Amino acid sequence: MLDFITPFLVNSAVQAITPLLLAALAGTLCGRVGVFNMALEGQMLVGAFAAVVGSYATGSALGGIAAAMLATVAFSLILAYGVTVFRGDAVVICVGMNLLASGLTAYLLRQMFGVSGTFSDPAIVGLEKIRIAAINGWPVIGWIFSRQTALTWVAWILVAVVTVVMFRTPLGLRLRGVGEDPEAAETMGVDVTRYRIITVLVAGAIVGLAGAQLSLGTVSIFSEDMSAGRGWIAVVAVMLGRNHPLWAALACVLFGFADAFSVRLQGQGLPNQVTDVVPYVVTLVALVLTHTKRRRRQDPTITASP
Amino acid sequence: MSDIARSARRLPRIPPVPLAILVGVVLGGLLVLVSGGNPVEAYTAIVTGALAWDNLPDTLNWAVPLVGMTLVAAIPLRGGMINLGGDGQMVIGGLVAALVPLYIPGPGPLLIVVAILAAMLASGLYATIAAWGETRHGIPMLISSLLLSYPAIGICSYIVGFPLRDTTTGLAQTAMVPEAVRLPVLSGPLNAGLLIMAVVAILVVLYDRFTVGGYELRMRGLNARFAGYGGVPLARQMTGVMFASGAIAGLVGALIVLGSQFRFQDGALLSPGYTWSGLMAALLAGGEPLGAILAGAFFAALQTGGFAMQRETSIPRVLTMVLQSIIILFLAIRHGVGRRRETR
Repeated sequence: MLDFITPFLVNSAVQAITPLLLAALAGTLCGRVGVFNMALEGQMLVGAFAAVVGSYATGSALGGIAAAMLATVAFSLILAYGVTVFRGDAVVICVGMNLLASGLTAYLLRQMFGVSGTFSDPAIVGLEKIRIAAINGWPVIGWIFSRQTALTWVAWILVAVVTVVMFRTPLGLRLRGVGEDPEAAETMGVDVTRYRIITVLVAGAIVGLAGAQLSLGTVSIFSEDMSAGRGWIAVVAVMLGRNHPLWAALACVLFGFADAFSVRLQGQGLPNQVTDVVPYVVTLVALVLTHTKRRRRQDPTITASP
Repeated sequence: MSDIARSARRLPRIPPVPLAILVGVVLGGLLVLVSGGNPVEAYTAIVTGALAWDNLPDTLNWAVPLVGMTLVAAIPLRGGMINLGGDGQMVIGGLVAALVPLYIPGPGPLLIVVAILAAMLASGLYATIAAWGETRHGIPMLISSLLLSYPAIGICSYIVGFPLRDTTTGLAQTAMVPEAVRLPVLSGPLNAGLLIMAVVAILVVLYDRFTVGGYELRMRGLNARFAGYGGVPLARQMTGVMFASGAIAGLVGALIVLGSQFRFQDGALLSPGYTWSGLMAALLAGGEPLGAILAGAFFAALQTGGFAMQRETSIPRVLTMVLQSIIILFLAIRHGVGRRRETR
């Protein structure tokens, strides 16, 4: 078992974790203010597409990241206003958004670049991998910290920032209040609608980063439906972590390693149809294990799920 | 969004669904215009491509699986539940329906029945796993049904890619099913699958309207806690509903395999995206079966027309998917489609 843990496995696991982590972080933010965000998959896809467009147009990866954040925030307006001002059903809106993202990106891909399936072009500038010379050769630490994109660093810093803001600041108290008891929060003078809208939009910007990591991180291409279920895995991470950023991050680490491990298994000669399934099976097993344990403790589940 | 809200207030007499379609058509038209196409040409191509006399059989053919997957989503939705695992359930049904005639000997007509029933049983049982997870362990079915789809698709794909692959072709697919086990052709491209699906659809509508089970399901959809208090066995009901839903997904897979493709081909059942379109249609009607069937047929016409549009105007047919999602989003935001579900 231990010989599976190679520099490549660890390095690629950390890369695989990044988009999951960013998306799950966005999910916990939304969950904390009482918005069940199931649209992570679609938001990520929009981000990934916009990142490629931005990078292609501006010739810089930074342009791609900016485009991804802008586009995903704009896309998130549907969720932000849909569940607050218009009082729509979050599940229906999210299902609609996921489909819209899938259709719209496929449509624009054909109309803007004249290709279907996958778009790759030398003009798309990918994210640079930051190589830290001092630790590059070190075992484990070098594998984890060196040769990662800036977004990986941003993702982990954001986990810390979100955790501190959520649990150690008045702003965080208000956010949690909005989710736990909107009426009480309203009585205390907190504008629930405004907090929800802003949080969903900020979360949208974070998912935009997830999309950028997906299309500009390891590869510099966009292919249709390239989020390929990662948004759903992030939704599960949010549920498993019960809207706590650190627990959600732990779940993402588990899923990221499962993902990298499945690639590694493929290298061992197992067919990819089998190895592709590994992350989902791990996710399911994690769901079963945590829920069985919770039930035994007679602990009421506090997820944002319906 | 507020512009849409205002324009909706100015046109109070248009009922929600046609208004949503109108909004979808207008926004979709703008999208076509922005990307350099001609919206009028596009929509003309869609309408004639779907509804011209010569093209009607194609539309009907496309509607059979789509309406089937609409029922898959509508049955649980009627009771406030959501089955997102239609893809996996349909693939299992398709594979079982292909394997039964290939590996079990017997007279053709009997084998058709056995293959279809086996497909429905397998998919139905697979779907109940998600229900069992929620009733016994409290794992939300919404997410588990979706996650269970991926292993099902992967395993079916592996089975036809390796152990049971038709080695005479280069593709991951089973051998062709014998002619005797194919669904009888009605006329042109239409086969008996159309009749089977029509019967199933009618049965679902009748069950919903005239039976105790249908009443109990509706009651659950209105207020699950009250239904449970009134004596509806919620856990058993959920298992039964998921079995029925999964079984119909299996039927859809079987009808495609035995009716038009004659073999199970990796990915061929999923690429048209019937599951998500069906879910959209069911949501459009709030799970009410007759409305859902009509919505499913509407989406089928839209998508069939999309093929014609792509052929004639070179506007990609994914535009129809954009139209569908705009319609459902508009309804969800403006008219609270789905708001009554047991979400809170």
